[in-house]
Amino acid sequence: MSATGIGAAVRRKEDQRFITGTGNYTSDITRPGEVRAYFVRSPHAHATIDKIDVSAAKRMPGVVDILTGADLAGDKIGGLICGWAITSKDGTPMKMGAHPAIAADKVRCVGDAVAVVLAETLLQARDAAEAVQVDYGVLPAVVDPAKATAKGAPQLHDVAPNNLIYDWHLGDKAATEAAFAAAKHVTKLDIINNRLVPNAMEPRAAIAEYDQGNDALTLWNTSQNPHVARLVISAFVGMAPEHKLRVIAPDVGGGFGSKIFIYPEEVVALWAARRVKRPVKWVSDRSEAFLTDAHGRDHVTHAELATDANHKITGLRVHTIANIGSYMSTFSSSVPTYLYATLLSGQYAIPAIYAEVDAVYTNTAPVDAYRGAGRPEATFVVERLVEVAARELGLDPAEFRRKNFVTSFPHQTPVIMTYDAGDYDASMTKAMEMIDYKNFGKRKAESEKNGKLRGIGFSTYIEACGIAPSQAVGSLGAGVGLWESAEVRVNPTGSVEILTGSHSHGQGHETTFAQLVSDRLGVPIDTVSIVHGDTDKVQFGMGTYGSRSGAVGMSAISKALDKIEDKAKKVAGYMMEAAADDIEFKDGKFTVKGTDKSVGWGDVTLNAYIAHKFTGGQLEPGLKEGAFYDPTNFTFPAGCHLAEVEIDPETGKITIANWVAVDDFGNIINPMIVEGQVHGGIAQGVGQAMLEGAHYNADGQLVTGSFMDYAMPRAADLPSFKVDTTVTPCPSNPLGIKGCGEAGAIASPAALINAITNAVGHENVPMPATPSVVWKAAQGGMKKAAE
Amino acid sequence: MALEMSGEYELPQAREVVWKALNDAEILKKCIPGCETLEKLSDSEFQATVKLSIGPVSARFKGRVKLEDIDAPNGYKIAGEGEGGVAGFAKGFANVALAEAGEGTKLTYKAEAATGGKIAQLGQRLIAGSAKKTADRFFENFVAALQDYK
Repeated sequence: MSATGIGAAVRRKEDQRFITGTGNYTSDITRPGEVRAYFVRSPHAHATIDKIDVSAAKRMPGVVDILTGADLAGDKIGGLICGWAITSKDGTPMKMGAHPAIAADKVRCVGDAVAVVLAETLLQARDAAEAVQVDYGVLPAVVDPAKATAKGAPQLHDVAPNNLIYDWHLGDKAATEAAFAAAKHVTKLDIINNRLVPNAMEPRAAIAEYDQGNDALTLWNTSQNPHVARLVISAFVGMAPEHKLRVIAPDVGGGFGSKIFIYPEEVVALWAARRVKRPVKWVSDRSEAFLTDAHGRDHVTHAELATDANHKITGLRVHTIANIGSYMSTFSSSVPTYLYATLLSGQYAIPAIYAEVDAVYTNTAPVDAYRGAGRPEATFVVERLVEVAARELGLDPAEFRRKNFVTSFPHQTPVIMTYDAGDYDASMTKAMEMIDYKNFGKRKAESEKNGKLRGIGFSTYIEACGIAPSQAVGSLGAGVGLWESAEVRVNPTGSVEILTGSHSHGQGHETTFAQLVSDRLGVPIDTVSIVHGDTDKVQFGMGTYGSRSGAVGMSAISKALDKIEDKAKKVAGYMMEAAADDIEFKDGKFTVKGTDKSVGWGDVTLNAYIAHKFTGGQLEPGLKEGAFYDPTNFTFPAGCHLAEVEIDPETGKITIANWVAVDDFGNIINPMIVEGQVHGGIAQGVGQAMLEGAHYNADGQLVTGSFMDYAMPRAADLPSFKVDTTVTPCPSNPLGIKGCGEAGAIASPAALINAITNAVGHENVPMPATPSVVWKAAQGGMKKAAE
Repeated sequence: MALEMSGEYELPQAREVVWKALNDAEILKKCIPGCETLEKLSDSEFQATVKLSIGPVSARFKGRVKLEDIDAPNGYKIAGEGEGGVAGFAKGFANVALAEAGEGTKLTYKAEAATGGKIAQLGQRLIAGSAKKTADRFFENFVAALQDYK
């Protein structure tokens, strides 16, 4: 292994500019003559827009224009769409309500935009927004997904009676019912997977510029997938043809899924820029981010697990109500269906599974993918059920898991997925050793001596990432293919530019992708640059989400590097007067097999461009190759997280005493970056499990709309993690890598809640398990013990 | 509505005097905390501008104050709602009841309040306290205003 090749803990190249304030984020960009946009947003969760009077506001200082939903409709700008078609049980398509970028007739959540003010300065725009008079006809609101389909509930979209978008199912109902009928024991749980606000460090932003001469638009925005944004804004919103629309996502400060989607503000910025013929800049403030970024999770679930007399799991059934919010965001339909129910087999060989999912509209912000997207919800259901079943059966949770693990591969689950490789026992056994599981009893006794409760919880998770085989997702309703593209441009002097359709917004691609190139071409890492995030530079790309940039994005680069290597060997062959088949390429050196004749990388790249050693008919000059890579399967990272907590029953304070994560991510490019991803993922999962929760009151007001009321995890809430890996290489991609971006957030909530419920002695501990929740649980738990 | 408040005051004035004051626009203007203007639209409806601060959000609310369920001299419902522009909205009402208590009058009220938009998003922790304080101040102001009211 070279110092900068695959497997090396290379320091992140991009961090120098990030930590010295020399990055270039969307809000850092200023275009000549730009105007600032400020949105007038509804303070009501549900209301008709009876009248908007902008006349006084238009006369305010600095105001360039004020545009409303009627103007948008007048210019025939299309609405936003959800790009994954889900079909209900009865075969009817999902019921997608219109989503105009600015509401014209009706608002459906607090924060819905009703007008946009364009002014010379942001302050002038805000002042004028104050003067926009909107007459609302306030309607009753519904925020609780479990109540959305009730008779008499307020109706959001005419196309979706009873607010039901789809009632979908997956699995074999009859076989599952038979398994339950024959079960020796059934474990039942009611679970609420709490709603989360993504809170990327950089809020969303957009600048749009109209080039009158060429009738072309450019959008700089905070996107995880600029090409997808261009496609949707072009093909569905109808803003401009693709070749007249350039989307640039420069440095982006975190996304966690929330920057995948196409949002109203960027559509409005483009439209407004063309109308006023000046660049339009919008930067979300944190309050707007709370209200308008797509939220995550928000499931209400009843789940049951059947076991036989030998403690084998024989069946699993799940009914989930998924809150989609007020409008269907770009991929919202896929999250509680194909990214959720397909993972309900967990790491276990379960013969029968049946899942039903009802997706509903409510008067809340749209809900879409958030780190893990569906898989954290599935893992929480499965891992809570398995842990509780083990407790009910009087079994050690590790033993019960071992008895039911999938042990031979490939393994076909009853819910679509074919697991390709893994060794679940290896990860769990290693994790148990690392946390000193066998001496947990001693530590618990020690805590009890001090008046404290102690608990330990498992989460042996699996997820499906490396998203995704295009044909497979197409057959499931996806409107796009999920391959990735790459182009390798080698310069005459040997430096290398990689153009990738993946997008880096914290993942460290500039380092890991360069490590792959360094490894393959034997060139120093600083002679490699990674170009991404610009639709005029990169031909196409599907972007970064679903832990896909390694498994899919790097596989595309690897394919292109294969072609570069082939071509370079030909050039070397001409240089050394040998057949290309006789050339060996290793460590940056081309050698004629069985001889000491060799030429270096830089000689070959120069010769590829000067083309003196071959004539045009023999070989095309230049050294540039592209590739598209479409995966043949999902990848299946899996592993074991073990959480150990100590609880003060007098105050409900939780101390995370130990946290061990042993993950199988297949082959690893940069172990330091992987460890960082695991740390961040655990922090996010711990945030969900014990701190974060988005709450709307009955009127539909977001009452956790700032960091005063919405608790993010801080360093002091977290222990020092013990992180390690086991390796079963992924057989379906050339690099054998599985992906690590979401695993921490997927695994950790179940581990923590399993530990807390173990400590307090009963199962009713909802997320977030705040001190007040845990105190109540601890008091109830003690009462139960005393009885 | 999310917030409920109640209270009672013993007043030395006779019930008729108290009732008259409760229907006097000048008195109401003096008593509604932060009230900058109060114009009478009819005997039971006023247009008002009220400046209100809740937590980090301070805004001028424009709206209406209405007197409903008028049952002279036993009481009424005083309801108000106002839009504060970008800050959101606030609305509330108080059911006010007057009963004879010896020479004087016993005033009891039950009030509810709700907010929306930025004021609800940012001021959540402070809203209950602010609403209670606003209701208390209204009646404290009213008690004070009654002292030389005929």
